[in-house]
Amino acid sequence: MELLIVFLVVLAVVAVIGAPLRNRARGLDPDAAARAELADLEAAKEAKYHEIRDAELDQRTGKLSEQDHRQLDAELRAEAIVLLKRIDAVRGRLEHAPAATESAAPPPAVG
Amino acid sequence: MAIVGRALLIVAFVVALYGIGASLYGAFAGGRAWVDSGRRAVYALAGVLTLAFAIMEAAFLRSDFSFSVVATHSSTTTPTFYKATAAWSSQEGSLLLWVWLLSLWSSLALTLTRRRVREVAPVATAVLMTFAGFFLMLTIFWANPFQTLAQPPSEGTGLNPLLRHPAMMFHPPMLYSGYTLFSIPFAFGIGALVTRRLNAEWIVSTRRFALAAWLCLGVGIVLGARWSYTELGWGGYWAWDPVENASLLPWLTGTAFIHSIMIQERRGMLKVWNASLVLATGTLAILGTFLVRSGILDSIHAFGASTLGVPFLILIGTMVLGSVGLIVWRRTDLRSEHQLDSLFSREAVFLLQNVVLVALAFVVWWGTFFPLISEIFTGTRASVGPPWFDKYIVPLAFVIVALAGIGPLVPWRRMTWASVRRGFVIPLAAALATWAALLLVPGAWAQPKPAAFAGVAAFVIASVVQELWRGMRARQASASEPAPVALAGVMRRNRRRYGGYVIHAGFATLLLGVAISSSFQHAKDVSLKPGQSARVDGFDIKYVRATARATAEKISLGAVLDVSKRGRHVTTLRTTRGFYPSQDTSQGIVGRFFGGESESQVGLRAGLGRDIWTVINPDLTPLSGIIDEGNRTFKTAMNGIFRDGGGQRALAELYALRDQAIVAVARRFVSDPWPADFRFIVSPLATWIWIGAIITFLGGLLALWPAPAAARRRVSAGYAARVARELARTTQ
Repeated sequence: MELLIVFLVVLAVVAVIGAPLRNRARGLDPDAAARAELADLEAAKEAKYHEIRDAELDQRTGKLSEQDHRQLDAELRAEAIVLLKRIDAVRGRLEHAPAATESAAPPPAVG
Repeated sequence: MAIVGRALLIVAFVVALYGIGASLYGAFAGGRAWVDSGRRAVYALAGVLTLAFAIMEAAFLRSDFSFSVVATHSSTTTPTFYKATAAWSSQEGSLLLWVWLLSLWSSLALTLTRRRVREVAPVATAVLMTFAGFFLMLTIFWANPFQTLAQPPSEGTGLNPLLRHPAMMFHPPMLYSGYTLFSIPFAFGIGALVTRRLNAEWIVSTRRFALAAWLCLGVGIVLGARWSYTELGWGGYWAWDPVENASLLPWLTGTAFIHSIMIQERRGMLKVWNASLVLATGTLAILGTFLVRSGILDSIHAFGASTLGVPFLILIGTMVLGSVGLIVWRRTDLRSEHQLDSLFSREAVFLLQNVVLVALAFVVWWGTFFPLISEIFTGTRASVGPPWFDKYIVPLAFVIVALAGIGPLVPWRRMTWASVRRGFVIPLAAALATWAALLLVPGAWAQPKPAAFAGVAAFVIASVVQELWRGMRARQASASEPAPVALAGVMRRNRRRYGGYVIHAGFATLLLGVAISSSFQHAKDVSLKPGQSARVDGFDIKYVRATARATAEKISLGAVLDVSKRGRHVTTLRTTRGFYPSQDTSQGIVGRFFGGESESQVGLRAGLGRDIWTVINPDLTPLSGIIDEGNRTFKTAMNGIFRDGGGQRALAELYALRDQAIVAVARRFVSDPWPADFRFIVSPLATWIWIGAIITFLGGLLALWPAPAAARRRVSAGYAARVARELARTTQ
């Protein structure tokens, strides 16, 4: 009985950790670096939006004057714009990448 | 089932090793399939360890004394509630609890980040699995919870009486949750350094785990303090004990980390500082476990003093050297992207707060390890006591609390004199009003430190209330909602900000309780007979009558006390001292029931104004004569039974007589009472320590709770549209 339990556990473990290896088609991702950069930029964009929202709340709760808020808000939006441009650039690279891969692939066999 | 348990530990160890290998191979050579397999190894580990932990718990609940760990840490008379918790009172069980919790939190972290931080996560998985492998190695080779006894005893030793307290059900799991949760930002920090992905993404992905770790560790520390206050019988909640300090160290650096990552998220600054903090916090979390489990420092908490010191020291040494090496290696990637705009900004306040928190951590570390340091340099183990800690901690804590009030008032980037006036007038007025009001309280300024602290606490609470009020008004202005709805709305939409503010108010309240209760405490040790009284801080405490109760679990001798002030009844207190049976038969057939470990049940009347606390410590010397006589009588009777071959029935009758004799001996304490020692303490505002802690943790939960998904989407989409419009304008 005890051996059977251990055997079943080992079987379950092998099934769980071995499942991804049965589908080895997902090999190296040639766009990994671009995807990582995009993730970094998206995180930075979210943080920037958070800053913009915080500054707005600071103005509404009296910590920033209208004039200070306008100036800070403009700075933050300018920084957000830079991030959006960079995100678009990386997205553009990623969108073109699959086409390049396809063109590099061998043509399908013709019957 | 012990064999299954042992086999599961080995399976888990192999899975951990596989997880390390698969994750690293996937990260650097093999691709996503291996990375996914490594991540799934963490899930498998959690499943296997859940099964192993369940087997150990079942053995405790069944009182299966064939398990060595059950025989030495539980008994049939241990209440079921404490049988379940006895598992982590042992070295073996607590190590299994540690690695089990690690596997659960790691699974959660890797599930939530599986579509993010793709480069960092495999290295983090390998680090987490290394921790798991280390602790599994300890449980397999050093402290195996599934070790069995060839001849199981009919009765176990029982749980250490000091641990029979409700707080102990949750204290170790909360501390260990804190330690293991801090392993997650540590592992992702290592991953970010190794893969050079040092921007904000790894911080955004793991900050919630850092906050959860901070919350769990904080709850664990407070539960420990509560246990000390109500169980240990000395009347205090914090003694600067090495194990207490060990849990405080990662909490302090973790607090600094939670604040400083906000600066990195927003400005790309303080990368070296944040990397150092998270690596230090992870290392200190392991150090905390090491101090409890190694017995290297004398502590009332080190229940599992053992030989685990060397492997832990190797792990900690590797973590320290590896952390320093990684930061030096990646120093060029850790350069800040921006400079501080102004010294009068929230960033600057956070920076100062970080420096003070790290200074606090250093003071605690130095005081904790001073016995070892002094032994290395002088050959003599010298220790420092609470006065040494208070000398350095009090001024630093004063600054921290002041900054907890200043921080919420200061905007990011820079502040102007106009905003200083707008923000600081009301909180400063609250502080000044508190100090002025204390002039009217006789003796309040006799001790300037707590009086000054009261003003600073008032400043913090006023600044938080002001921020909540202004947030609510701003919401009302835009949404025309009733005040409570507007307040709830603004807090719900800005949980991190307002959760943090609530934490600040709770923390100030907690420290105010500590400052006042410790400075104005009245304590008295007296010996009283029934009918006699003692006066403490104007309260007359009368020893009304003695109590005695004998059960299979323990013998309790206690007292009922009446507390009055100027002739008016205030409360009735009940306190007992429980004596647990010893397994040492040399103490005699009757004597061993009085000769085991003992614990106190304090009499406590907690109030918003003051706590009245008492504990009894009965002297058993007057019973020694009758106990000795009982030992002799029963030994003679038992020898007679064995000599005459009286059998089990005669033995059972003798045991029944012995039980009656024990009850009769205990009742002597009531029928013929002698003086008992009491400790009485009157502590003003002590209850506010626990109220402050509850407020702090509610704030932590608020900050931790995810923002409503719909609101997040709406806000993001709204801002994206606005930024996109400006982008279109600037390109025209």
